[in-house]
Amino acid sequence: MRPLKTLKIAAGLCTPLLLLTAALPASSEEGKTLYKIYCAQCHGVEGFGNGVNVPAMSVQPRNHHDRSEMGARTDEELFKAIKHGGKSINKSVLMPAWGGNLNDDEINALILYLRELCCNNGG
Amino acid sequence: MKVRTLAVALLAGGLAQLPADGLADGKQLAEANCASCHALARPDYEALGHTERLSRKGPPLYFAGNKFQANWLEEWLQKPQRIRPAGVFPPEVVKTSDAGDVVDPAKLEDHPALSADDARQVTEYLMGLRPFDDVLTATTYEAGTIAARMGQLNFSKFNGCDSCHQDSATSGGLSGPELYTAWQRLQPKFIASFIADPVTWDPNTLMPKGNLNESAVERLSNYLKLIGEEQP
Repeated sequence: MRPLKTLKIAAGLCTPLLLLTAALPASSEEGKTLYKIYCAQCHGVEGFGNGVNVPAMSVQPRNHHDRSEMGARTDEELFKAIKHGGKSINKSVLMPAWGGNLNDDEINALILYLRELCCNNGG
Repeated sequence: MKVRTLAVALLAGGLAQLPADGLADGKQLAEANCASCHALARPDYEALGHTERLSRKGPPLYFAGNKFQANWLEEWLQKPQRIRPAGVFPPEVVKTSDAGDVVDPAKLEDHPALSADDARQVTEYLMGLRPFDDVLTATTYEAGTIAARMGQLNFSKFNGCDSCHQDSATSGGLSGPELYTAWQRLQPKFIASFIADPVTWDPNTLMPKGNLNESAVERLSNYLKLIGEEQP
């Protein structure tokens, strides 16, 4: 097969993959940025549940490196807690509802990052 | 040569015609001194997305006229005192420690003070920035009263505001602006409107847009009135 033809076939095969990648709604990298903006103030810049607000809080924020606690939560529960607040899963009212600030794709990106924190980094 | 002469003449004439009133001076002062940290026009939030928050150095001022009490603003610009204990963007100001994240004072920047004349002119200009007049007009809040205990419960236990905000110099969280002087700083209808829907005012606010009903917003606003009026 001539090199040019090979290249064309390869490009043809790759195009759908590229489109698929572009259409992916959420990434853990985006989630990491959103975590820094919205979550770090209570959950800590490194996610250990020890943010700058903690001394004033009556309930300790979740340590997102806690594999057993985080493993006990499904993605659906995490989504609900972020979107509708802790109260929606019978947890603390101190976890606010972020559904008015973040769209569903952004919440899913956060969940990807939470899974990375708890379970992919030796958490 | 004639074209160049004309251009110079126009330029000179244009400079000579720069408005000398306080508003124009205030605008120039604000653009020269404030704009590097504060948005004086609405950022393109749609294009910038949430990352705008990462680079923000000061709160946006393009709706200052809908937000601040003019007298307070003019005085504060002359003697600025810290309103946000953990700065404008807390993750950039904290350091990790065994006790958790703590504010690193070395990373906090002081706000520059203006002369009385400059403060008056900047305030006059900023108070003219009112893109949210319609939002305030639609806000029905009228200042009222609340018992201290009930107000405190609403602020803390019922809504968790105290996780991020101080309601006294010694109690409350640090990531949000302190609120014990909010009533002195802010217009009452702004307070109520912002509590009800902060995202309308600032798409990248760190304040969650909750689902508070009108009564809950009134109780919280009245609590800020109560504690604000106790301040010197």
